[in-house]
Amino acid sequence: MMKNVTGQRLNIWSTIPDSRSHALTSTLARMSGSQSCEVIRVVDSYLIDAKLSKNEWGIVRALFSHPLVHANVLGGSPAPEHFLYAIEIGFLPGVTDNLASTVVETIEDSLGRSLKKGEAVYTAKIVYLDGELDRELVSQFAYELHNPLIERAAILSQREYTTQGGFLLRPPRVTLAEETAVKDVSLWCSDDELTLIGKLGILNEDGTRRGPLALSLEALKTIRTHFHALGRLPTDIELESLAQTWSEHCKHSIFADPIDEITEGIYKRYIKGATRDVRAKKGRADFCVSVFTDNAGAIAYDDEYLVTHKVETHNSPSALDPFGGAITGIVGVNRDALGFGLGAKPIANTYGFCVGDPDDTRPLYRDQACTNPLLPPARILDGVVRGVGSGGNESGIPTALGMLCVDDRFRGKPLVFAGTVGLLPRKKGKRALHQKQARAGDYIVVVGGRVGLDGIHGATFSSEALDSGSPATAVQIGDPITQKKMSDAIVKEARDMELYTSITDNGAGGISCSVAEMARECGGCRVELEKVPLKYSGLAPWQIWISESQERMTLAVPPKKWDKLRELLAKRGVEATRIGEFTDSGNCVVAHEGNTIMDLELSFLHDGRPIVFQQTKAPHIETAPAPKTRAGTIDALVLKLLARPSIASTAFIATQYDHEVQGSSVTKSLQGRGQVCTESAVLRPLLDRESGIVLSHGYAPWLSELDAYAMAASAIDNAVAAAVASGADPEQLALLDNFCWCSSHDPERLYQLKEAARACYDVAVAYGTPFISGKDSMFNDFKGFDAQGTPCMISIPPTLLISAIGVIDSVHRAITTDLKQADDCIYLLGDTLDECAGSEYLALVTGKSHVLHEGAQVPRVDVQKNSAVYRAYAQAVGKGYIASGMRVGRGGLAIALAKASIAGMLGMDITLPATTLSSDTYLFSESQGRLLVSVDPKHKTAFEKVCSKVSCTELGTVSEMPRMHITDRRGAEVCVLSLERARRAYRATFKNC
Amino acid sequence: MKKSTPKALILSGYGLNCEEETAFAFEYAGVHADIVHLKDLIDTPKRLSRYQILAIPGGFSFGDHTGSGRAFANKLTNHLSEELAAFVARDTLTIGICNGFQILTECGLLPGALTYNAQPRYLTRWLDVAVRAETCPWLSGIERLALPIAHGEGRYYLDESGRAELSRTNALGLQYVAGAMCEHFDLPHNPNGSLDDIAGVTAQSGRVFGLMPHPERALLFTQLPHYTYERDRLRRGGQPLPERGPGYAIFANARRYYA
Repeated sequence: MMKNVTGQRLNIWSTIPDSRSHALTSTLARMSGSQSCEVIRVVDSYLIDAKLSKNEWGIVRALFSHPLVHANVLGGSPAPEHFLYAIEIGFLPGVTDNLASTVVETIEDSLGRSLKKGEAVYTAKIVYLDGELDRELVSQFAYELHNPLIERAAILSQREYTTQGGFLLRPPRVTLAEETAVKDVSLWCSDDELTLIGKLGILNEDGTRRGPLALSLEALKTIRTHFHALGRLPTDIELESLAQTWSEHCKHSIFADPIDEITEGIYKRYIKGATRDVRAKKGRADFCVSVFTDNAGAIAYDDEYLVTHKVETHNSPSALDPFGGAITGIVGVNRDALGFGLGAKPIANTYGFCVGDPDDTRPLYRDQACTNPLLPPARILDGVVRGVGSGGNESGIPTALGMLCVDDRFRGKPLVFAGTVGLLPRKKGKRALHQKQARAGDYIVVVGGRVGLDGIHGATFSSEALDSGSPATAVQIGDPITQKKMSDAIVKEARDMELYTSITDNGAGGISCSVAEMARECGGCRVELEKVPLKYSGLAPWQIWISESQERMTLAVPPKKWDKLRELLAKRGVEATRIGEFTDSGNCVVAHEGNTIMDLELSFLHDGRPIVFQQTKAPHIETAPAPKTRAGTIDALVLKLLARPSIASTAFIATQYDHEVQGSSVTKSLQGRGQVCTESAVLRPLLDRESGIVLSHGYAPWLSELDAYAMAASAIDNAVAAAVASGADPEQLALLDNFCWCSSHDPERLYQLKEAARACYDVAVAYGTPFISGKDSMFNDFKGFDAQGTPCMISIPPTLLISAIGVIDSVHRAITTDLKQADDCIYLLGDTLDECAGSEYLALVTGKSHVLHEGAQVPRVDVQKNSAVYRAYAQAVGKGYIASGMRVGRGGLAIALAKASIAGMLGMDITLPATTLSSDTYLFSESQGRLLVSVDPKHKTAFEKVCSKVSCTELGTVSEMPRMHITDRRGAEVCVLSLERARRAYRATFKNC
Repeated sequence: MKKSTPKALILSGYGLNCEEETAFAFEYAGVHADIVHLKDLIDTPKRLSRYQILAIPGGFSFGDHTGSGRAFANKLTNHLSEELAAFVARDTLTIGICNGFQILTECGLLPGALTYNAQPRYLTRWLDVAVRAETCPWLSGIERLALPIAHGEGRYYLDESGRAELSRTNALGLQYVAGAMCEHFDLPHNPNGSLDDIAGVTAQSGRVFGLMPHPERALLFTQLPHYTYERDRLRRGGQPLPERGPGYAIFANARRYYA
């Protein structure tokens, strides 16, 4: 291999104590259970696979280190004098190496010339270990440091290292020997063979298959008939293109197709229907500007601006490569803002992680031989947290809000939600910026990153369950800096220079979807595929067409604007390539080196999919005996609940995420002296005005198996309540729905889906909160094997994430959770009922979740009552009566009280009101529609007057005494909990993360 | 705009990302601010001579790859070293905030190096800094400030003799201290393990200033991390709510220097 290498390694390491080594040593110590081994050096190693002159090597060597703190060596070994083992971690061929891109750019800038074709840089890390170690431990440690799906690890003992002169120079070049000719695919074969084509892909000459098309037998037969009428066979690229466009991921067929008696489908009836009815009712007060049609939804901000919002999921890729999947997810949804209208500027990110218990180390495998393990929940969590963080931080977009939900059933497949809020001026001159229209004759221009094999079959892959066939090429790694350059050039310059007529994101399906989608605006397109810039040669046309390589947008550019756009983008270091033009032919035509290889009518491409008639069946609900007697005191229960991973402090996430960039943050991710995590955020996106945006979210997957209607109703209620609690105007809220379902061909799962969608309509209409955008991911199932090689299937609980966004006229309305002053009055708004089914309390005391405990009631959302509570509270906010406010959520009133206390680092004296409920039920029931409020005593009367028409219970007062003191109405002590213990419990769960 | 209004050039591009709020902060304090992409400055380097103030804002230039600020600094040095030397030799002000500070140390315009935080992870929080430089125009009249940080590589390193030299020459700008903000949130004063708690340093008699915290994110009262707490406290005391936050003072000083 050495003979192929023209270049050298440049190795750099720290000469002062390196905190990265210390952190790795801690990991190693945790794994070995011993303090007697350590990481003694971490080396950044750049393999510069290029031919440079002696003088140039001299320049390059000095570029990447600071003489005060670094040493470097070119060609030679960076090893310390003594070590026992060395591990080298590098990328597999074709994996995005962002660090290498910067190394290349720095080298080229400093040498004043470009590297030659074929020359490249590959980066790696080398870790040197010493102490009491054996190869077994070192191998485990190496596994901990890399992900075999995207990286390789090499291990050498000192002796091996010395003998072979360090790690080999192995540039992970991509060498492709695949078939690149376009071929016709015959679908005149048996149903079994057709099914195989649908499930595993088109057959290659060598007997392998190309990866899932996720086309049903029915769909393939429709295609067969269509082409029969045309008198020819489909080409491979036509088939792949149809698979992308018809995929569940892109067409949302389960939501669109008839289901039982609902012939128009649940999307049209319940989701769009809710928006239509809410908007009609609001009349002139309707604030929606663009719903469902564009990459994001948009509402009015003020006379000059719009705000957009979109939330996506990136589940399947995150299961394979948590960091890469999550960063791709967040950077991808940023492009939904950039691709809204003529380009909105991203102003806030949101996230949601649903994972298995990080303490759960039971292995799962993709194969029966147990050689292909899933990553355990702790590593999934670590990776997705870093991915979303890097994406936001490096892009300069504040990560304003997020959530972590832990449940055993997410260990086969995690959920990663990523959202982006955008800001767009309403007009530039006379042009409304939320409208776009590609015109026949406009050039098709692709902007941003180059195309490789990354993400091939991403859209069809996510439409299937995760099993051993999951392709590693479905993994992409986002590159925030390439995108930042593109984003700045578009929304800060090109948009306002009016250099394009339409823009959209290249997401799932790559250009096959983005170009075909834009072609609908004018009625056709013609693409010359060989013009698409590639990362490396050897890609077949169909691969170029559907690749999901990241950081790309597609623009429609009028010919007379093209030179100017190209010039601007070149100056900003952004690649822009004209790959064809929009037409009005009615067809989507793709040519490769002069030959037409695809010619499909847009109508067939977009609307030719066969409709599926779906049927549902009420599921069996699993029950469990009611808990007999409670174990332990209420104090102990509160402490245990505070430490439950879905309730505990996730400060380790919030503090890694820059929520202050852009200067817009008003209420923070961690609130009050005691730094409590929140469910909402208030932002001031334009510093020259007082108005603002409130963001919040709601979810309740713990109710899904009990009552999917109640689950969805709760999710909406939670989001609305959280937004209102932090100061939102309940009349000014819009919603986004993200359905993550499982086994969605199963009639019982479809029943739950239909119920959830029905709840979405009922609650959204009652609250006057329109849906403006949404997304679904329908097959979140893992099919694999446990440690014994026994087949197992783990499905996620059906999960609906509702995100709310609202505009407020003044950020001085913002309310936080922290108690403010001693002697303030504490109130509970809303009713507490005996609704413990699905509660964290029952899960804790019985050890069983997602079952219906006998006698327990599922929380119901009483829309009329709750609306009245929210309106009264909002009125009190407007009058300045509210010192602190929060939604009563997971864990019930007891946990809300504890969180308000911890946040304010103030105690409280609470007397439980006269009620028929037991103390446990009153404190731990998870009834919806409740807000916990504290009020300055001087506003007591006025506050009570505002709340006179709703359920308003005075619970007690804030106290200087640092403890939560609860008595029943006869004065008997129910709970005395020191604030310090509560805070410690709340923070303990993730304190080592 | 008045004739005497100073002009600030705010650099942007390649992953810097705080240029808009930094420009807003200067404008808010009465300084005319232009955001200029580094490539445009490289193409027309003479325009730097039209400005009195240069600001390199925060961000993630080149994704922090190869070390925070390094790739951007290489570009500056490769193309603009003469113009930068001429700029700082004049009676001008230069500020580098966070990534801008890292860039200035990598360019050699400020002493020392910034490396991985003691806990090698990105960290966002508020803290307190105390002003040590007596002659720095940026810090004139300021004793303490509460400001936010957001960085992964903010641990300041300079060898012992270098640090002694900083103190001797009045070039030590800011130190992390246990002040009111740390006390309020019960947080340690030094967020990243910086030697001698150094949060900012100066050169050229204080005219060139780099700091890890972000004063432009502490410009307004509503940006404070305990804004609702303070609002509640002031309202109960019958006091008006201020409009500005602590970071304003730094930008006002830039304006005042040219008054």
